[in-house]
Amino acid sequence: MSLWQDFNAGIVKENPVLRIMIGLCPVLAVSTNAINALGMSLAVAFVLIGSNLVVAAIRKIIPDQIRIPIFIIIISTFVTVCDYIMQAYFPALYTSLGVFVPLIVVNCIILGRAEAFAYKNPVLNSVLDGVGMSLGFTLALVSIGMIREFLGMGAVFGHQLINPAATALLMILPPGAFLTIGFLMAGLNKLENKVQ
Amino acid sequence: MELFGIFFAAFLINNILLIRFIALCSFFGVSTKIDTAIGMSSAVVFVMTISSAMSWIVYHAVLSPLHLEFLRTAIFILVIASLVQLEELYMKKMVPNLYKAMGIYLPLITTNCAILAVAFLAIDYKYNFIQSMVYSVGVSFGYSLAIILFAYIRERMALALIPKWFQGYPIAFITAALMSLAFLGFTGMFGL
Repeated sequence: MSLWQDFNAGIVKENPVLRIMIGLCPVLAVSTNAINALGMSLAVAFVLIGSNLVVAAIRKIIPDQIRIPIFIIIISTFVTVCDYIMQAYFPALYTSLGVFVPLIVVNCIILGRAEAFAYKNPVLNSVLDGVGMSLGFTLALVSIGMIREFLGMGAVFGHQLINPAATALLMILPPGAFLTIGFLMAGLNKLENKVQ
Repeated sequence: MELFGIFFAAFLINNILLIRFIALCSFFGVSTKIDTAIGMSSAVVFVMTISSAMSWIVYHAVLSPLHLEFLRTAIFILVIASLVQLEELYMKKMVPNLYKAMGIYLPLITTNCAILAVAFLAIDYKYNFIQSMVYSVGVSFGYSLAIILFAYIRERMALALIPKWFQGYPIAFITAALMSLAFLGFTGMFGL
């Protein structure tokens, strides 16, 4: 039961993006279309699950005073690996994500989960927490990406659905990102209120 | 003229907060009061200039000759974290007044992604030392301008009547959207 809770928490109740409001920079910057959004989510998931796993595995031998620098070294190792894998196998995606791939290292979600969860819990729970959080992040990021791509270019995952002339270019420009997430949050507030 | 172009592009056209979406956590986190916004932006101006100079030197004098470029992510974050610590110690001892003004914002800066982003971008753009200095000053001024303006608007918004579902973060995001729209108007100025 507790394993299920650890997995479940990140998806809705503690959704990192729409609930706790952390890790916002990549969400707004790479959500211009659904494919970029999915690529970024996979990169974050890889780093988050990997760093949770390593931190939980060696948590007993990490001295308490220098835990933050150690977390950062572990995270930046995974980020560097991810950076080079993307550069080698997905060069187009790597170019469009740009500086946001190395910036995963300062993404608050990852350091936050290492400190708040993986440092205190066994390996299996931490991995499940990482998977849940990544799913929550992916869900938020891909839905924002789909909304913006549809309203801005009339397409979803690159498939043209409506005439591009009938769309609002603004939505794929920077202001569109702020607008989408603002309205999405207001909608969530309203939904939550109805449920209660 | 070229340096002016770099400064102006970093300051307004590619504003780090509103156009490039870097360091948004601090944009929404510390902008509820004007005082905190000013404290944070002065700390950012100070740390960003010094740390981008340091990371430029480390990259071009150490990592590049030794062909260790793949270590840059890990090295830069360590350089920035230790630099912030040193600056904190130095300021506490030598300029206690300034230290009091920046106070708690200094340690927070380590996790401010703008600092790390500027270090990476200056290298990606292949700037020389002077250009990367001008670039980091431009970025940090742009950061300050955006966050202080946003704090002024949010202080006013506290008194406004806002629909219930939009109170708090949703309306803040929509305000940021309008500000970002205004900054988009600088695109193409001076042919940049």
